[in-house]
Amino acid sequence: MGKSLLDKVWERHSVRELESGQTQLFIGLHLVHEVTSPQAFAMIREAGLGVPFPDRTFATVDHIIPTDTQVRPLADGQAETMMSAIESNCREFGIRLFTPESGHQGIVHVIGPELGLTQPGMTIACGDSHTSTHGAFGAVAFGIGTSQVRDVLASQCLAIQRPKVRRVEVTGRLRPGVYAKDVILDVIRRLGVKGGVGFAYEYAGEVFDAMSMEERMTVCNMSIEGGARLGYVNPDRTTVEYLRGRSFAPTGDAFTRAEAWWTSMASDPDASFHDRVSIDGRGIAPTVTWGINPGQAIGVDEKVPAAAAFAADERATVEDAYEYMGLAAGQAIAGTKIDVAFIGSCTNGRLSDLREAAKVARLGRVKPGVKALVVPGSQAVARAAEAEGLHETFRAAGFEWRLPGCSMCLAMNPDKLSGRQVCASSSNRNFKGRQGSPSGRTLLMSPAMVAAAAIEGAVVDVRDFLSKAPA
Amino acid sequence: MTDQAKKSALLPVTRVSGRPIPLPGNDIDTDRIIPARFMTAITFDGLGELAFRDARFGADGKPLDHPMNDPRFRAKGPRVAIVNKNFGCGSSREHAPQAMWRWGVQAIVGESFADIFFGNCVAMGIPCVTASEADVASLLRAVEADPSQDLVVDLDAMTATRGGTSVPVSMPEGARTQLLRGTWDATRILVDALPKVRETADRLPYVGGFAR
Repeated sequence: MGKSLLDKVWERHSVRELESGQTQLFIGLHLVHEVTSPQAFAMIREAGLGVPFPDRTFATVDHIIPTDTQVRPLADGQAETMMSAIESNCREFGIRLFTPESGHQGIVHVIGPELGLTQPGMTIACGDSHTSTHGAFGAVAFGIGTSQVRDVLASQCLAIQRPKVRRVEVTGRLRPGVYAKDVILDVIRRLGVKGGVGFAYEYAGEVFDAMSMEERMTVCNMSIEGGARLGYVNPDRTTVEYLRGRSFAPTGDAFTRAEAWWTSMASDPDASFHDRVSIDGRGIAPTVTWGINPGQAIGVDEKVPAAAAFAADERATVEDAYEYMGLAAGQAIAGTKIDVAFIGSCTNGRLSDLREAAKVARLGRVKPGVKALVVPGSQAVARAAEAEGLHETFRAAGFEWRLPGCSMCLAMNPDKLSGRQVCASSSNRNFKGRQGSPSGRTLLMSPAMVAAAAIEGAVVDVRDFLSKAPA
Repeated sequence: MTDQAKKSALLPVTRVSGRPIPLPGNDIDTDRIIPARFMTAITFDGLGELAFRDARFGADGKPLDHPMNDPRFRAKGPRVAIVNKNFGCGSSREHAPQAMWRWGVQAIVGESFADIFFGNCVAMGIPCVTASEADVASLLRAVEADPSQDLVVDLDAMTATRGGTSVPVSMPEGARTQLLRGTWDATRILVDALPKVRETADRLPYVGGFAR
C-alpha cells in the first residue's frame, strides 16, 4: 500500500514519538505576525529560552497595519505598540522581518509563497488558522495558538497528533464565471463546517490539476472553514514552475535536486485514505454565503434555504443566521443590497484575483453609496497590479486602491464595517461581527462577484456581467 | 511573571471542579469568544471580562440575555463550561481560551471541539472533554434547573459528575496523557530533544538548501 503526502511528510519530520503518543514534529518553516506572537516571545524571554533555528522563522506585519497610510508612528497607539514589539522581538532573536520598508511586506500567507519560502514537502506552522493556504504547494501547513508559537520558537517543533486524511476530488471542468472560491465554498457547503474536524483534506481531480497555484491557495486557505486544520494539493509541474526563480527557491543544480524531492513527496497512486468524497465540478455555481458561517452558502441563483432542509441539530444556528442577517427562508440571495465591497485577504488578495475583479470593474462604476475597497495582499502584488494598470482600472470604476494588509477581513485596522452594514467580501469568514462591527453582515463570494456586487449595489450573478464583456 | 508563566511548571491536571456555565449553541467561533478588536495588545491581560463581549452586551453597552450575565451563573471562582458542537471554530487565536480562562473557565465539557482551539486549551492545561449529544443536553438542562452544584471533570475516571450523576466523557489519549502527567506545557520536553531535532533537520534536503 502506498503512502499519502501527509504520511511521507510526517515521517520525514518526526523527531520522535512522545510519551503521550503524540509526535514531536519538526517545523520546517515558521511564519510569524504581530498579533499572535508578542506573548510567545514574552514567554520565551521569561523562561530563559532561546530561538535555536532563527533562520527557519520569518515575520511580517499584516493584521493591524492601516491600508491608507503606513507612516510611523501609526495613528492607533496600540497598533504602533504591536508594530514596535514585533520589530524589537525579531531584532532580539535574529528573525527576519518584512516591514513595509523592506518592499516585501504583505499578508503572511501571500508573502510566504511569493518569496518562495513555501515549498513542497515542508511542515509549516504559523499562529494563524489560514496557514492551511500553504498546503497548495504540497506542504503540511497548519495554524497554531500562541503557546505553540512559543514551542516552535524554542524548539522548532510541536507536540501534535497526526490527522486522518480525506481525499476530496473535484472532477470535470468548472463553468465560466466559476472560480476557486466557489469550489471551496461548495466543498464546505457539502461537507459542513465541522465535517473536517480531525482531518487533513487532500484536494485532487481534474479541477485542481487545472488550477494555477494562486487558485489552489484560495482553496487550501479555506480548509479550516470546513473544520480541516490543513488541506493540500499534491505538487506537480504547476507547483515546480511557480517556484522557479522565486527569491528563496533554490537555483541551478539545487533546483533540479529540489524538483525531484518535491515531486517524490506527492501521494502514491495507491495511497490509502481514511475516506473519499467526489464532487462534479460542472455542477458548481458562483456561490454566496447567506448566513453566519462559511457553510451557509448557496448558488447565486438559489434562494435562502428553509430551516427544515437542515439536520435537526443545525436548525438553531440557521434560525440565528436568518435573524442576524435579516434574511428569510425562500428569499433570493441575488438582489440583496450591499453597503460595502471588499476585495482582498489571504484568500483572494493575489494578482489573479485582482485581474478577475478588474475585468468586471471595467464594465461599470461602483454604485453611488457603496464603499468599495481593493486591498492587495502584499507589496509585490501591489507592484505587479500597478505595472498592469489595474489600480487605474479600479480607481476609474470608483474603487479605492489601498496599501497591503489583512484589512477588512477581520478589521483589526481602521477598515471596519459600521452598524448593520452589509459587505460583499472576498475574504474567508462571515462570522457575526467579523468585519469590525458587532452587528455587521458579511456575504462571502469570489473577487469577481464582489466587483459585480459593487457595481450593481446588490448581489448579482457575475455571469450576467461577463456576458456583457467584449470578447 | 505572567499568569501563563506561573502556570507552566509541570502541574498534572486530573480533576477540575467548578461552577457550571452553560454556553449552548453549535459552531461558536473564536471571533464570537473574543472579537478581534480586543486583540490589539501585546499581552493577554484583561481579556477575561471581554469574553463573549458582543453576545453579552449590546451596542449601547446594555447587558443582553446571556448565561455569563445571568446572576445565577455569576458566582466567582473556578468554572466548568458546557458547550455543544464544534466549539471554538475559526481563528486560531489563543486569545479565545485565554479570555475564557481569565473569566474562570478551567475545563470544558462539550459535544465536539475545533482542532486548533482544542490544542490551544491543552497547551494551557485546560481539559476539553466530549460527551454524547444526549448527555450534554441533559447536563445543560440540569444546570439550568439548578446552577448551584459544581460540575467535576475527572480525567482519571473520564467522567463529568454533578451531584450524584456521572456521564462518561472522552478525550484523545495523547492530550489526556499530557494533562494527567503534567506535560501539557510541552516546551521543555521538546527542547530536551534538541540534538535529535538537529539530526532530523540535517536529514531534510531543504534545510541545507538542496546543496547535495
